[in-house]
Amino acid sequence: MSALAAKNRDTEDRNVGARRRRDWTMAGFIVRRLLLLPVMLLAASVVIFLMLRLGPSDPALDYLRLSRVPPTQQALDEARRALGLDLPLITQYADWLWKALRLDFGQSYVTSRPVLPDLLHYLPATLQLAGAALVITLVISAPLGVWAARHRNGLPDQIVRLIAAIGVSMPNFWLGFLLALLFSVHLGWLPAMGRDGWRTLIMPAAAISFMTLSINARLLRASMLEAAGQRHVTWARLRGLSPRAVERSHVLRNALLPVITATGMYVGELIGGALVIESIFGWPGVGRYAVSAIFNRDYPVIQCFTLLMVAIFVICNLIVDIIYAWADPRVRLAAEGAP
Amino acid sequence: MSSLDAELAGDLASHDLIPPHAHGRRGFWREARWPARIAALVVGALALIALLGAWITPHDPDAVDLAIRLQPADAAHWLGTDHLGRDILSRLMAGATMSLGSVALAMALILTAGVTLGGTAGFAGGRVDQVIMRVADVFLTFPTIVMALFMVGVLGVGLTNVIIAIAVTHWAWYARMARGIVLSLRRRDFIAASRLAGASPTQAFIRHLLPATMAQLLVLATLDIGHIMLHVSGLSFLGLGVSAPTAEWGVMIADAREYVWTEPLLMFWPGLALFISVMALNSLGDALRDRLDPSLRAEHGH
Repeated sequence: MSALAAKNRDTEDRNVGARRRRDWTMAGFIVRRLLLLPVMLLAASVVIFLMLRLGPSDPALDYLRLSRVPPTQQALDEARRALGLDLPLITQYADWLWKALRLDFGQSYVTSRPVLPDLLHYLPATLQLAGAALVITLVISAPLGVWAARHRNGLPDQIVRLIAAIGVSMPNFWLGFLLALLFSVHLGWLPAMGRDGWRTLIMPAAAISFMTLSINARLLRASMLEAAGQRHVTWARLRGLSPRAVERSHVLRNALLPVITATGMYVGELIGGALVIESIFGWPGVGRYAVSAIFNRDYPVIQCFTLLMVAIFVICNLIVDIIYAWADPRVRLAAEGAP
Repeated sequence: MSSLDAELAGDLASHDLIPPHAHGRRGFWREARWPARIAALVVGALALIALLGAWITPHDPDAVDLAIRLQPADAAHWLGTDHLGRDILSRLMAGATMSLGSVALAMALILTAGVTLGGTAGFAGGRVDQVIMRVADVFLTFPTIVMALFMVGVLGVGLTNVIIAIAVTHWAWYARMARGIVLSLRRRDFIAASRLAGASPTQAFIRHLLPATMAQLLVLATLDIGHIMLHVSGLSFLGLGVSAPTAEWGVMIADAREYVWTEPLLMFWPGLALFISVMALNSLGDALRDRLDPSLRAEHGH
């Protein structure tokens, strides 16, 4: 008995040591990725800046148009000087970056209001919508994928295949209208417009998530079948574990790894979907603000909006990478330098 | 093929002297399953409508006649008329030209840019490779719709600019893919053989790597084209693409918004056309992939 206890304590000690080492390497991994974050944002900001400046149109002209000033040569020169467009490109960028680091992204050409506070005012609604869509994606696709994998090539598999084929082909804005017609006009269950609690959230989030949940159900099915073909799964079955136990702890856990990676891609897709869908359901998000800025060529707004979206996307992918590294022992061990 | 030729071909293949794309293929139609056949028929019909477009529409798609606005379906107007009295069926057919044409154009741009840049990166290697792929990495950090919105903001509103924007947002995926294929093939013996036979690197690339790369990228393209179609029509729906009088499916849905509660069919038809086209293209892409390149089965999501 005491020998067993000693052995238990021994393994416990070793486990604690391993966990401590793991925490340590995980911290290193996270720090490295965090250091990479500003580099990526900087690269994105250079691309955004260069494209806007080297684009075919003249910001000074757009500035005058939006301020309703007749574009005389004198007015153009003054606008150029005021906007700093007469300076060399490098200086302009350095100037912009210096201000951006202090969270000053300039003023809208249309409203003359600071850009960032306005964007941040609309952003939470968009993120709420995209977040709800992500939850729907994961919660609905998981059982669908597992169900399809359990009955490979059977009827459930065919049903999920059909749902997925429809899901990846359905224009989300059209689906939004169809949902609103069905649930608001015909059945009267859900309000068609506005942002007022979870009842207004369901339809737009569902419209956005149909495509990603279709992709994810198919992905989970494929990766479950692949994981089930591994030899350790056969071994687990041979040891007499129940099919459900094998599925839970030997198949599903491994099958979830590709899903974690894909979730990073879904975030971009869902935010993009939210930008389009918002206008249908009168959702007061950042989409309409951005689209009107694009119409007006309101450069500071376009610049800040794009960078903000990239930042959110990159940060979400960073979180996804961290979850992946935490979930996949191979990445952990590689970080530790083990063979 | 005579038995001697077959023997020679087998011999060359076993010595890795024949590029992979040169192997024979059997008929797609005979082997395809029913969904794939239906998809092929639908895509064929759509392509025909898109090509013939203006000649076969029953009415002028842009002819305004307020006297017959918002008519239900009848013998003259099979799907009814819209809020300006234009024939919906004609507009759907004209919209096919716009939708499919713009997607085809965008895809051509993407493939050209992807193969040129990715192929150069893979074939040249070294610093060229580094620069091209790091630029591609930056483009991959943008979510596609956000990048497309941004590009339209830079270039201005309009269908041409939407097509360019879509190309700019997608080329990096194809460049990465093309680079991977070129990297996997460039050390093979048939490249060395062609170089020994006196071909310049560019000739060797064009003659022996380009076909293999294109074959795989085209499969990816058919899988992707439905997705791109949704992107283009989504931007049109937001009013950033085709301008008002021109018939395009995304614009038709946007036009129908005011009447969505009273005349839901106005919004239903263009959406259905879009949905069916995308679904047919996706199914065809799936079938092509399964047939030409089972190794591509791994998901390609973005």
